[in-house]
Amino acid sequence: MKRAPKKYLLIRLWNYLGKHRLLLTAGAVFMLLSNILSLVGPKLSGKAIDAIGTRAGGVDFERVFYHVGLMAAFYLLSAVFSYLLSLLTIRLTRNVIYQMRRDVFENLLRLPVSFFDKYQTGDIISVVSYDVDTVNQSLAGDFLQILQSVITVLFSLVMMLSIAPVMVLIFAVTIPASVLVTRFVTSRSRPLYRVRSKKLGELNGFVEEMLNGQKTTRAYGREREVIAAFDGKNGEAVDANTRAEYYGTLSGPSVNFMNNVSLALISVFGSLLYLNGGIGLGDVSSFVQYSRKFSGPINETANIIGELQSAFAAAERVFRLIDELPEKPDMDCAKVLEEVYGDVLFENVSFSYQEGQKILSDFSLRALPGQQIAIVGPTGAGKTTVINLLMRFYDAQSGAILLDGEDIYRIKRESLRESFSMVLQDTWLFQGTVYENLVYGNEDIPMERVVEAAKAAEIHSYIMSLPKGYDTVLSDNGVHISKGQRQLLTIARAMLSNAHMLILDEATSNVDTRTEIQIQTAMRKLMENKTCFVIAHRLSTIQNADRILVVKDGTIMEQGTHRELLDRKGFYCELYEAQFEGED
Amino acid sequence: MRGLLKYIKPYGFYMLLTLCLKFTAALMDLLIPSLLAKIIDDIVPRQDIQMIFVWGGVMLLCAVVSITTNVTANRMAEVSAGGMTRAVRHDLFSRITYLNAGQLDDFTIPSVVSRLTSDTYNVNRMLSRMQRIGVRGPILLIGGIVITMTMDPKLTLVLVASLPVILLIVVLITGKSVKIYERQQNMLDDMVRVIRENITGVRVIRALSKTEYERKRFDQVNESLAETERRAGSVSAASNPATTLVLNLGLTLVILVGAFLVQSGESGPGTIIAFLSYFTIILNAMLGITRIFIMCSKGLASARRITQVLEAPENMRILAGEEPDHGQGDCHVEFRNVSFSYLHRRDNLSNISFALKKGEVLGIIGPTGSGKSTIVNLLLRFYDADEGKILIEGRDIRTIPLSELRKRFGVVFQNDYLMAESIEKNIDYFRGLSGKEIEKAAVLARAQEFIKGKKGEMGADVAVRGNNLSGGQKQRIMIARALAAKPEILILDDASSALDYRTDALFRKALRENFEDTTIVMIAQRISSLKGADHILVMEEGKCIGYGTHRELLEGCGQYRQIYELQMGSMDGKEQRGSR
Repeated sequence: MKRAPKKYLLIRLWNYLGKHRLLLTAGAVFMLLSNILSLVGPKLSGKAIDAIGTRAGGVDFERVFYHVGLMAAFYLLSAVFSYLLSLLTIRLTRNVIYQMRRDVFENLLRLPVSFFDKYQTGDIISVVSYDVDTVNQSLAGDFLQILQSVITVLFSLVMMLSIAPVMVLIFAVTIPASVLVTRFVTSRSRPLYRVRSKKLGELNGFVEEMLNGQKTTRAYGREREVIAAFDGKNGEAVDANTRAEYYGTLSGPSVNFMNNVSLALISVFGSLLYLNGGIGLGDVSSFVQYSRKFSGPINETANIIGELQSAFAAAERVFRLIDELPEKPDMDCAKVLEEVYGDVLFENVSFSYQEGQKILSDFSLRALPGQQIAIVGPTGAGKTTVINLLMRFYDAQSGAILLDGEDIYRIKRESLRESFSMVLQDTWLFQGTVYENLVYGNEDIPMERVVEAAKAAEIHSYIMSLPKGYDTVLSDNGVHISKGQRQLLTIARAMLSNAHMLILDEATSNVDTRTEIQIQTAMRKLMENKTCFVIAHRLSTIQNADRILVVKDGTIMEQGTHRELLDRKGFYCELYEAQFEGED
Repeated sequence: MRGLLKYIKPYGFYMLLTLCLKFTAALMDLLIPSLLAKIIDDIVPRQDIQMIFVWGGVMLLCAVVSITTNVTANRMAEVSAGGMTRAVRHDLFSRITYLNAGQLDDFTIPSVVSRLTSDTYNVNRMLSRMQRIGVRGPILLIGGIVITMTMDPKLTLVLVASLPVILLIVVLITGKSVKIYERQQNMLDDMVRVIRENITGVRVIRALSKTEYERKRFDQVNESLAETERRAGSVSAASNPATTLVLNLGLTLVILVGAFLVQSGESGPGTIIAFLSYFTIILNAMLGITRIFIMCSKGLASARRITQVLEAPENMRILAGEEPDHGQGDCHVEFRNVSFSYLHRRDNLSNISFALKKGEVLGIIGPTGSGKSTIVNLLLRFYDADEGKILIEGRDIRTIPLSELRKRFGVVFQNDYLMAESIEKNIDYFRGLSGKEIEKAAVLARAQEFIKGKKGEMGADVAVRGNNLSGGQKQRIMIARALAAKPEILILDDASSALDYRTDALFRKALRENFEDTTIVMIAQRISSLKGADHILVMEEGKCIGYGTHRELLEGCGQYRQIYELQMGSMDGKEQRGSR
């Protein structure tokens, strides 16, 4: 992977900040105001002390009260401004963080399905939560801080030059030294911060995966081994963090050291200059004071630069995800389907997920509107792949797929997918109520229709047995909901969508036969005049299909109705008879 | 915080050392300006050039000591914080691994994941930053107060009087922000959940063209998270200006009181001026301290979320062993009048009994949600039965230590999972089995043929959630996993639903031939998978509505016969068989 140069990163980060120029300007103004106001404080206190005078009994109380009152007022104002500044900074940061998370998520929505087959869920999550957070932990605040530092440094430098230009030469040694140290530290720490982000992502990925299999781990009594494997990842993550911080913590003390050294040099040379009559003693003292003011912000900036390294490393991961190539855009001429008849044609389609491992070769298939097409065959024969291609989750390497005579590459993806309703082997429910899961976004579906679909899917009475019926929240891996019930819920969901074609990929594999047959009747009614693709191993599921395709090794071996295929005494017949094996 | 103490303790001495080093570094930093004062006040007037260099050298020495101690201390702080984080994570992950299914459901996986990563990270930051910047503030504060005390106790008291006010502000703000930070972390869970659902459900979401809806859903959680973060930030943001203000007002009061003291001749203006410079030090110290408190509030909120999990009750007690109870002869696995309910609303299982001898096969069939998987959950003791007893070799399973109990099993669950690792590692599943055992299991599970076709064979990678394998291939790897360690009891919960009949039949044949001593509990929807079983349990709504062999049930159990006829395609099936 190409590493983004720092400059490029800065520009992109600025794109986020730059959108809020108004907030930034207001922040700068508040910062100046609160600083100036608090600087006035000491001046006023000096005046108050003047008013007190040196003599007992000679205090000018009126003036003391006046100045003390002013002091209180200025301090109050300063506090108000600095609070406002903090509020602004927070608002700014949150706006940026919000936008960044949104950008990442938007791209997730555009990424091809194959991306999610490749990357660990936990790792992706780590980018959206941890990395985005790290980028923003300091970004906006640091920006203002650096601005403030620059102002102070310039001011102090001018003052020092006006006092003793010769002594400023000392800084000609210490400042470049500080810069060098900082650069050394950052060059060392940035790759380490990069490793830290990566390791944390890996840890997240591991945790996510293992928690999904927690039940399996426990059933096999492998808790100790899994914990040991976790310890490995954990150790790596902690070490990566410690190592990165190891260098990160170097910059503060080092720059502090440079400041101390320059102070020592100033004292020695200042004293010598004074002894040679070059400058006055008062000058030495104010020079020292300004040099302190001068070095403070430099110190601060060095620290910030150190912190920015971790932000940069995290930003790289965030931008990488934002830049991940989305699904190939629809062709310019791609059109939106207006009316779908459901005439599907596969013409000599070949496809492989990995080069050299052909899943489909020269695959052809025709489904006429309203037909029910069943696909059977041994596992791994490419049945699900047919669906993946039809839905354009993956694109075929050669051949053509046509819907109603139109090449599906010339149809807008969204429009194409909208024309199908699909129930998959892996049921997917999200955390939400049963109702929300059934209507899935179409809140305008009337309740009666939802109940009707649930009844048709034979899941209504189960839903009613739940504590809150349709308003019961389905949790993550809900213990009390079996896989078959999950399948029935997703079938009900598919029934509620208005698609013109239906895909059932092992949709009822965990549903008992009786329920399945009850649903099928309902399905048939619902899918009347709609093209339907059914993949199933249980042959009773597909017996009534208009046409059964027997797929083996990526090609269609035989096809026909259940009866025709049985009469043929081919592979299908063999599969069918395997049911009765061992009985006679 | 109390929960964390346990982890801090082992590093107590080490951290003390870190703090000592930090203390030294702070002293050096304070010493350097006073050395400067010494040069200018004492030495320069004496025009002793040699001594100027000597003291300049001492200053340099101090600077060297300062940087060495500072860097060492910072590194030590990182090391101890890292060590503590590692321990916290380890304990947290262990606890999570042992949580029972209901508890894990209550916490939800996304929340548990973020507790393990984001929250432990917050704690790590808190622990390291506290050590790194937590020393200077208090030292300067105490030093400043002591020095001013010696100068003028009365004025110092005025200043010190403002400290309780500051303390009150800081405590109030911290208390409030800990709560908001905790809410913020909970919101983060919500956001993570939506992302997670979008990743695992990507096919369905795309298929149903719901990206727009998902975008809105994410926007909602993202917005409320950002809003909570803003609120949390706004609350903590008040602490800094508020503290500064109180201190500054205290200072104003000092001048006022000073004016009266000067008036009465009890104090001089010089003291007040000196007071002012020390005041700056105290102010900075106070700011440092409030910063630590802010950092702590985030860390503490996270620590609280961590302890919630750590302190989740262990509710699987191992009962005291009793005499083995061999009810009806030498039963291997026995359910005796078992009833159970997940939510205590209606029974998910009622009065289930069966007894299996060693090597026998039990088939379970029944409609969706009839309690088939619940039997597995109870047998593996993921839950305890409400009534009745489950016995293995006559011992109540509640008296068998969990590790010993589960060692006997090989399981394929209905919703089982594969890791993004090699096929070999998936079959081995952390058990350290030999290549031969793994190979053999793969052969028996009929997985060998497709594994041979993969690049790298056994070493071929399984993609995330097994997405590069077909449903049947996944199931065969899971079956191989269950067979690999030659289990005493094998549980197959709908484990062959994605296998074609032929593969399924071959697999069952392999089971019969190679696992005759293994007691098998097999749940399936296909009668063809079950009919060879010694006993078949037909279930409906948690009850047993038929128990016997295939033949017995065909005659005696209407529902069973009905399923059979439906599956065998009644007419066609008989004709075919007749013509064979």
